[in-house]
Amino acid sequence: MSVLQEIGSNVRNMKQLENSVLARRTTQIKEELRQGVRKSYKEVIDVSWGDPHKAGVKPLSFVRQVLAACLYPQLMDGDKLLVDVRQRAQRLLKACTGGSVGSYSATAGIPEIVQRVSEFIMRRDGGVPSHPENIYICPGSQWALTNILTVLVNPEASPRTGVLTPVPCHSTTVLSLTALGAVVVPYYLREESGWALEVEELHRALDSAKGVCNPLALYVINPGNPAGYVQSRKSVQEVIRFAAEKRLFLLADEVYQECVYGEKTEFVSYKRALAEMGPPLSDRVELASFHTASKSLMGECGLRCGYVELVNLDPTVMKHINSLFSTNACAPVLGQIALDVMMNPPQPGDPSYHLYVKETQHIRTSVAENVKRVDEVINSLPGFSCQLVEGGAFAFPRLFLPPKATKRAEEAGMQPDTFYCLRLLEEAGVLLSPGTDYGQKEGTYHIRFCIMTSLDIMEELLRRLSIFHKRFMKEFS
Amino acid sequence: MSQQAVDGVPCLRKVLTVENMNPNVKRVEYAVRGPIVQRAVQIEKELREGVKKPFTEVIKANIGDAHAMGQRPITFFRQVLALCSYPELLEDNKFPEDAKKRAQRILDACGGHSIGAYSASQGIECIRQDVARYIEWRDGGIPSNPDNIYLSTGASDAIVTILKLLVCGEGRDRTGVMISIPQYPLYSAALADLGAVQISYYLDEDNCWSLNLAELGRALNEAKQRCKPRVLCIINPGNPTGQVQSRQCIEDVIRFAKEEHLFLMADEVYQDNVYAEGCKFHSFKKVLFEMGPEYSSSVEMASFHSTSKCYMGECGFRGGYMEVINMDPEVKAQLTKLVSVRLCPPVPGQALLDLVVNPPQPDEPSYTSFMKERTAVLAALAEKARLTEEIFNTVPGITCNPVQGAMYTFPRITLPQKAIDKAKADGVVPDMFYCMKLLEEEGICLVPGSGFGQRDGTFHFRMTILPPTEKLKVVLQKIRDFHLRFTSEFS
Repeated sequence: MSVLQEIGSNVRNMKQLENSVLARRTTQIKEELRQGVRKSYKEVIDVSWGDPHKAGVKPLSFVRQVLAACLYPQLMDGDKLLVDVRQRAQRLLKACTGGSVGSYSATAGIPEIVQRVSEFIMRRDGGVPSHPENIYICPGSQWALTNILTVLVNPEASPRTGVLTPVPCHSTTVLSLTALGAVVVPYYLREESGWALEVEELHRALDSAKGVCNPLALYVINPGNPAGYVQSRKSVQEVIRFAAEKRLFLLADEVYQECVYGEKTEFVSYKRALAEMGPPLSDRVELASFHTASKSLMGECGLRCGYVELVNLDPTVMKHINSLFSTNACAPVLGQIALDVMMNPPQPGDPSYHLYVKETQHIRTSVAENVKRVDEVINSLPGFSCQLVEGGAFAFPRLFLPPKATKRAEEAGMQPDTFYCLRLLEEAGVLLSPGTDYGQKEGTYHIRFCIMTSLDIMEELLRRLSIFHKRFMKEFS
Repeated sequence: MSQQAVDGVPCLRKVLTVENMNPNVKRVEYAVRGPIVQRAVQIEKELREGVKKPFTEVIKANIGDAHAMGQRPITFFRQVLALCSYPELLEDNKFPEDAKKRAQRILDACGGHSIGAYSASQGIECIRQDVARYIEWRDGGIPSNPDNIYLSTGASDAIVTILKLLVCGEGRDRTGVMISIPQYPLYSAALADLGAVQISYYLDEDNCWSLNLAELGRALNEAKQRCKPRVLCIINPGNPTGQVQSRQCIEDVIRFAKEEHLFLMADEVYQDNVYAEGCKFHSFKKVLFEMGPEYSSSVEMASFHSTSKCYMGECGFRGGYMEVINMDPEVKAQLTKLVSVRLCPPVPGQALLDLVVNPPQPDEPSYTSFMKERTAVLAALAEKARLTEEIFNTVPGITCNPVQGAMYTFPRITLPQKAIDKAKADGVVPDMFYCMKLLEEEGICLVPGSGFGQRDGTFHFRMTILPPTEKLKVVLQKIRDFHLRFTSEFS
């Protein structure tokens, strides 16, 4: 008998994502393609994660040149690299202990970079002060979120700690909550209103928690994932007021703040809105806001670097948070370097500025075009309806599946949207995610795919999806 | 209770308070980055601001960070990583062909040919294959399955993940985890965080910190009354103690784990750091399989490795892996779920790990310079290990076991009773009192033995052997002078 027959219920309760079934089949298909098995496609388009580089977006030259120079300083001999690249690398290497990116950094991150982060936040928020000692750089925003949740969720508490969480929601957050033994208290975003977050719904969700758990925190994602909404300033303020009134710790996942489309759409950070609402709220509402180097135009997901800023927390609690973070060693130094560039990109007059602008502009234009194309193509297909993507990295169109299809899915022991995704993968070589993995209103189905892709990949994706979709709908009509 | 009045208006209590926060987190301590280090950082700031002190720099001998102490990175590794970061350099003829070949292979395995893409949560497949091949080579041909390899964000991440997997139960059924005293405080911190029961087994200081089977038995039997022992952790080569376990000892531990139905966690991050003559690194896996199928098909184990130590010292990359042996497939499915929450380990760390397990071969252009650098680093460490033991043992009141391996020394210090009394009066543990004084007077930052655990009534400190040899000599001399002064002051 295995030593490990008993696994903690928290771990067992973590949902097995449908994604993993699709990923396994994808690996097999890739192998089949390598062995020359004939299919209607030559390669699989993988848009299942929010991964711009995987989807054809090129890394930014300045970032990569700085990384290379920091890794192998001999590169800076001679004039191969532009002077601002060399200066940045030299400054950053000086900030690394022993002048090497191979050293551990301080727990919260290389102090100079933490300082840059706080300056970035201040600039972003129109001057609202940001203190470096409230910022922790981590191997990814989800890592930081897990740490904060670890502090919030008391495993011995009865009733258990509850966290209000949107539906649909980023699957990793829900898994973290389950692993910690927290109770997920869902609040539904209203799809028909562009996935709006309605305060009445927050009230309903909170009421539903009575007698079930002790809600302690409210988790919001803005811009959204998987749904591509961007909250208005008014909406952000409503949520803050709700959190204050109901005494909830606010967790603001704002990793897509650089990914905002549409001329009328504006990202307003929770911190800024809170500060603008003035005392007593601005001094009282406890807030953790999360950002990352993985999203934005840089898209450096693989470097694993994000941060959390903590606002209005109890000083003694902060001490314990510091101890907890100290056990993680530190965020990968290369990731921290990428973050430094993100916080402080090349400026007008810098030798690298011109190319930097060209590259970022290209990415911005491409993604804006993708958003437009998705809207045009998906919404022209019967059986699909897609809210306009205002921000974030994904489209989350709704699938109206014929009863025959849902029946076939049930017979196969699958969720209907998973069934659709699996067929799409097999027949068209497109890997995306079923809405089941994110939560959705009962009886509704969705798919999620990344829109931060190259133009070519998006066109090919939409082409394959259209052909498949029409055929699928016909087959099950 | 944080109730205060501001302008006569009573403030409400915080939502998240010391009272309602997760009580396990309150028990988390990590001495390596703890209060003494915070004071050291403060002193560095004061020095920068021009405050006069009896020293001009703080020597941070508290953390196993080789590059921080001036050790140079391995050229080949940095060349490949630079090529991976900025592939345009593949056109540059200043880079050797073997570096370019490896960079190209790694990039081909990355999404969009970029190290900025996420990898699979378990790690890039061809790198896991390379790791498995390395393990097979290291262990004399014993097979290693890439599916059992999980790449991680440093070994620490993998260690914590396995503990999360194993810790369960309530009250007297709560999982008990055996860890050595002294131990690397990541373990005690993780156990505190997870609310697991720590089962301490003492290493034998009088016998070069060796592991004593009778002591394992004693600790286990005592623990059975208050928890359900399920895990046995061992660090080999040891941290902080530096002992390299004999083959016999490893067999004994494996036998013990089988008899007592314990999951073995073998922390082997210092496997290349072996200095003492007569000492050899024996991987737990190798010994397990050489003990025959009765053991090799039943004992469940995880072994851990990292890019942070050995001759690489690349702590900042957060690269590492674990190999799981004989894990029940259903349990493995749970493990796979857990690692997915981290999304993926840092890709540069994965790339670096690939190079560590796939270094230049004798027929490749970079081989000679690679071997020269590697040998130099390990030889320097061996010399510093010897020097440290030699000098500390000349100091009356300091006893130092041989530093057989790893990167630290953990000498025992005799403190005068008056010093112990003064420390207690100040509300500080005696070895913290000692180390703080050393920091303030000499600018040398060590970690008190209390941060790692030690037998009651004994005191130690942990010092790294990483400063460059000349500086190390100065540090050792200053500690010697300080110790004599301290002893005299409190006699």
